[in-house]
Amino acid sequence: MSLMFRLASRNLFHDRLRFVATIVGIVFSIVLVTVQMGLYVGFGRMVTTMIDHAPADLWVMPHSTKCFEDPSLMDDRQRFRALAVDGVVEAAPLVIGFAQWRLPGGGTTPVFIVGSELRGLGLRPWDLVAGSVDDLSIPGAVAIDQSYFERLGTSGIGANAEIRDQKVQVTAVTKGIRSFTTTPFAFTGIDRARAYTGVSPDKASYFLVRVAPDSNVESVRRRLQANLSDVEVLTTTEFRNRSRSFWLFGTGAGAALFAGALLGVIVGTVIVAQTLYSSTKDHLDEFATLRAIGSSGRYIYMVIIWQALLSAIIGFCGAAAIGAIVVRMTAESALPIVVTPALTAGLLALTVVMCVASAIAAIAKVMRIDPAMVFTR
Amino acid sequence: MTEALIDAVDVVKRLGRGAGEVQAVKGVSLSLNGGELVLLMGPSGSGKTTLLSIMGCLMTPTDGIVRLRGRSTAGAGPEDLAKLRRDHIGFVFQSYHLFPTLNAEDNVRLALDVRGQRSRRARTAARESLAMVGLSHKTKAFPIELSGGEQQRVAIARAIVGNASAILADEPTGALDTENGQAIMTLLAEIAKDRSRGVLVVTHDPRILPFANRVVHVEDGRIVREEPGEPSKEQRVRIS
Repeated sequence: MSLMFRLASRNLFHDRLRFVATIVGIVFSIVLVTVQMGLYVGFGRMVTTMIDHAPADLWVMPHSTKCFEDPSLMDDRQRFRALAVDGVVEAAPLVIGFAQWRLPGGGTTPVFIVGSELRGLGLRPWDLVAGSVDDLSIPGAVAIDQSYFERLGTSGIGANAEIRDQKVQVTAVTKGIRSFTTTPFAFTGIDRARAYTGVSPDKASYFLVRVAPDSNVESVRRRLQANLSDVEVLTTTEFRNRSRSFWLFGTGAGAALFAGALLGVIVGTVIVAQTLYSSTKDHLDEFATLRAIGSSGRYIYMVIIWQALLSAIIGFCGAAAIGAIVVRMTAESALPIVVTPALTAGLLALTVVMCVASAIAAIAKVMRIDPAMVFTR
Repeated sequence: MTEALIDAVDVVKRLGRGAGEVQAVKGVSLSLNGGELVLLMGPSGSGKTTLLSIMGCLMTPTDGIVRLRGRSTAGAGPEDLAKLRRDHIGFVFQSYHLFPTLNAEDNVRLALDVRGQRSRRARTAARESLAMVGLSHKTKAFPIELSGGEQQRVAIARAIVGNASAILADEPTGALDTENGQAIMTLLAEIAKDRSRGVLVVTHDPRILPFANRVVHVEDGRIVREEPGEPSKEQRVRIS
């Protein structure tokens, strides 16, 4: 083991109470950042889950649609115009909107209707645990997520309810299709969706467009945009980014999550800086001795930086363990905390940067050391 | 005696500023030659430690010249001075200044580590240095497990392990009893027998006078008297 590293580790572990305080500070800080950023990633995924599961190359939507849940409508004639555009293979309507689900015991609760063609291009339920997409062709059939059974007062397949005074029967059940708005999704056919949301048969919220395999998506998008009026044509990626941007930044939710993460970083930096500084101050005689026996400034800084890196690695391991528990605990919740490998790598880098930056105050202190002080101590 | 290892010429050192300014060293010229042990004696506040700091390149003089093995230190920055120290000077302090979290071997090896010597040979050199000061059986002991005399021996081993030509010691016997003090001075005197090495000791302990080749008396920032020492062979034999 390098002597520089040994000196750093011994300095760090010498005062156990202070070392524990440092590690607790880092763990607290990084867990806070993990939760905030995990919520950010989870939220970002959740707000685009419908877009991600629609097998469309392009989305046609009313002008200035902010996000998938924006319930504006277009005339169905746009669909035929779209189909006439070179490179378009298929254009399918999609109807979305809020409706009131009448509970069996009285009262209502809102649901978010997603209706599309049950064959061909469409946004149909996925991750089915009971029933099938074909079962949605039964009149009044809907698919709901099992996590909302209690909320919707149902017990699963075969349960009945009412939407807009029309009979509804649960014929399919999904697992894990949850809404960040906490309003349950109800998948159904396009006609039933129009009926449940009060949309006239010649209207639709979106048209999903499939582009011919030999056509360039961007060229088709431009042609569609030129041929259709009062609509916007976005690629799936563009619509995903727009939706995410609206929910994360348009609503301030993302800023709040970032602010929480920033707070975590600040708290962590202050705690590590404080403990490294006081540790350096306690070992000032030793650093002065090092300087007196001819060590370069770099050697001393490296001792302090090793201390910071060691703290970072130990603190990160603790935070990762707690983070893994938090991720598991929230996996089935309305807003799961999602930690991707890239986020993990980013958090490790952040921990290292935070701890090394914290060493600056300690290094500044050491830089002012007068090696001649060894004679007066 | 051979060439001057350290040569201070007309050195002045002013400390503090304004009304609080003090002239700690007032135009002193002093050389440390190879093969000699020089005692720098004087009352507290006479400027001897400041002079030692300047000759050890821990401080720069306000005026005057310090030459280390013939090379002037004028204009040298903190990093240049640190390099001069690690290349040429070994220090021994009154309160030892060992690293409490490192064992004796690592404390000695640290002087090589700062020089970038980190091979297995550095470990061997550290053990050999400890053997030279009679501590080959205590290489793994931590400072807290060593007596004051043993700690000072470790400090001497650290000072000599890098083959420093000048060993500067500040009150090396100040915290030791007579027996340990004499043993430490015997060691330093042995080192000074090497004609490529010199030892400069700041002290006001008259019991170590017999070890000196030269005694320099400092008062009020000036050298007031310089006299040849009389190393007592009999005393060295008796102590060893």
